[in-house]
Amino acid sequence: MASAFAQQLKKYYSFYTGGFILFVLALAVAESMGMPDKWIGWTFMAATVALYAGIGIMSRTADVSEYYVAGRKVPALFNGMATGADWMSAASFIGMAGTLYAKGYDGLAFVMGWTGGYVLVALFLAPYLRKFGQFTIPDFMGARYGGNAARTIAVVGAILASFTYVTAQIYGVGIITSRFLGITFEVGVFAGLAGILVCSFLGGMRAVTWTQVAQYVILIIAYLVPVVFMSYKVTGIPVPQAVYGTVLQKVTERENAIMADPAQLTAREAYAERAKGIGEKIKALEGGDMAVYDAEKQGVVAKLDEAKAGGDADKIGKAQKAVDEFPKNSAALVDKLKKDQATAKEKSSPLTHHAEAFPGKDDKARNTARLNFLALTFCLMVGTAALPHILMRFYTTPSVKEARESVFWSLFFIFLLYFTAPAYAVFAKYEVYTSLIGTHIADLPSWVASWAKVGLVKVEDINHDGILQLAELTLNPDVIVLATPEIAGLPYVVAGLVAAGGLAAALSTADGLLLTIANALSHDVYYKMIDQNASTTRRLAVSKGLLLVVALIAAYVASLKPDTILSMVAWAFSIAGSCFFPALVLGIFWKRATKAGAVTGMIVGLGLTLYYLINVKFYGMDKWFGITDISAGIFGIPAGFLTIIVVSLLSKAPDTKTQDLVEHVRYPALKGDVSTEAA
Amino acid sequence: MQLTEKHREYWRRNLNMTGILLAIWFVATYVVIYFARELSEITIFGFPFAFYMGAQGALIIYVLIIWFYAKRMGKLDDEYGVAEEGK
Repeated sequence: MASAFAQQLKKYYSFYTGGFILFVLALAVAESMGMPDKWIGWTFMAATVALYAGIGIMSRTADVSEYYVAGRKVPALFNGMATGADWMSAASFIGMAGTLYAKGYDGLAFVMGWTGGYVLVALFLAPYLRKFGQFTIPDFMGARYGGNAARTIAVVGAILASFTYVTAQIYGVGIITSRFLGITFEVGVFAGLAGILVCSFLGGMRAVTWTQVAQYVILIIAYLVPVVFMSYKVTGIPVPQAVYGTVLQKVTERENAIMADPAQLTAREAYAERAKGIGEKIKALEGGDMAVYDAEKQGVVAKLDEAKAGGDADKIGKAQKAVDEFPKNSAALVDKLKKDQATAKEKSSPLTHHAEAFPGKDDKARNTARLNFLALTFCLMVGTAALPHILMRFYTTPSVKEARESVFWSLFFIFLLYFTAPAYAVFAKYEVYTSLIGTHIADLPSWVASWAKVGLVKVEDINHDGILQLAELTLNPDVIVLATPEIAGLPYVVAGLVAAGGLAAALSTADGLLLTIANALSHDVYYKMIDQNASTTRRLAVSKGLLLVVALIAAYVASLKPDTILSMVAWAFSIAGSCFFPALVLGIFWKRATKAGAVTGMIVGLGLTLYYLINVKFYGMDKWFGITDISAGIFGIPAGFLTIIVVSLLSKAPDTKTQDLVEHVRYPALKGDVSTEAA
Repeated sequence: MQLTEKHREYWRRNLNMTGILLAIWFVATYVVIYFARELSEITIFGFPFAFYMGAQGALIIYVLIIWFYAKRMGKLDDEYGVAEEGK
């Protein structure tokens, strides 16, 4: 039944995929003939970004419907791929496997949360929003709950949820480009910005859609190739998802052996000793003892002198950095020492099994861990089903039927990556536990040294036995995906492929988010609230102008490398969930929901979530039931639902026109019905 | 716009199906997580059961839920004459 357009797309993208594979093979041949690594990195980056730019330029448009919703003709399958790329960010691509490596079972909250949310999208939102058929999520709030109040809160919520998120994507682009191209981080950020703008600026949603499909193809190939080889290397079977159960069992055996190893115990004791020592320093500093501050400072300076005497450029650079970044006052030093103390304490604690659910020292700790796991899964799911940049993708299909099907394709394409991520983690753990731990530090494989150079791997022989114990190894989560090609002994071209995949993931998500923010401002604020008579040309000009401004602000913020912004990204889910989900779902499933109810419900839900997470994160407020700030939505979402229901029942029922709108969105087609679709 | 009894029945059937699928989603996710420690005694494909569900099982169930919903709703649309024409 697929249309001629869909057939044509299939043909194009099949050629494209084949072409991309040939391109990678050609580079592999070039590498074997002696092409230097740096050239390979540049070729990958230049070729993929040029490709996205090409699609962006070909898809340029001056048509409002094309600009906002890609003309509503994206077939289900392709909308699924675009949504997959839109959804999977730099964090999913690079960070997810590392989180799973570090947290074991407890990291699976992300895997379930970020996939299970699509069930909510499919059952509660996508088909109904498609029938409504306008341009943005605030559009629905405005139509269903009459007037500008609900629309305005929705605009605020959309920007709050999207801005930190887009900043983190641009930050991710900066990290990837600087690492693989050897340019500075700041230049990388602005190069990434250019990459994002060429996709979205000329063609809006239309251009973003077709580049996202292209980006999905690259990111999924890049994600699967290394782990397939790794699986083949370890088990002889190239289907990692199917065979890592047996590898997991071997990991568990190794975990038992490591725990019983006396050398591991001495290393842990040494870390416990260090934590104690730092604790005493903190106490002294807090008591106003400046001698400790001076002594610490002298220690750092002495190390620099020692490094200079040694003459190793790397060591000098690191020691110089430590001197430059030494805390300016005693309070800042206390903060730094507290972090060091936490790290040392963690290293001194016993190893937990990868597959063990909710490890903890007693039942109370285990129950809190379980409660947090449940809450986090819930917030991530509801948040997924409320993020505007995902929901607006379902405006772009030709029909309600295809909107439903496209949720299936979306989750299917996302599933391919998410059910591979835990395999990545287990294979990496197997390699680390069997071929790293227990070997002489002098004989470690070369990838350890190469990633230690950029600070992602740290080895410290704290018990001076010349052998690496688990407690002595520190791995940055990002290294799992980035180093797997080398761990599996693959040529550099695969590392370049992984970098291109990470770049595709970051760029595609950033595109969708930027468009969401710019559209909320240009369509909802400017067109709907300020000037309803604006001409098409003017609307598009405003939209593109805002896109540029928002992109520049986001890139500027990212270039400052703000720690807080990055830790705030996970908040997007709680924020979006508590602001949008109750009002959207009740707006469709409960005719009695009123404007007063929705407006107060959105304010209460969003307000409670923000109140909780800001107070817990920055003002040291006591946690309610031990719930961490990342799951603040567990309070805000139910509060939103409750408020909408109570206030709606207290206020006058919506008028017939609004009730008709609700009936209208519930049926794919009704005879004699009006159309709410915006062209 | 006047809704007929047939239309209301379509909506009721949609709600029923939504409810059932949501219940499956809930059990596969939250009930399994709640009893994760107890369920880990069971081994499936070499994995402890709860780990398997979190890493693969639940995900497969989610994909199937959405696939089934899209297929059944398409049929319901035709059956109740609310399908979009020419699309």
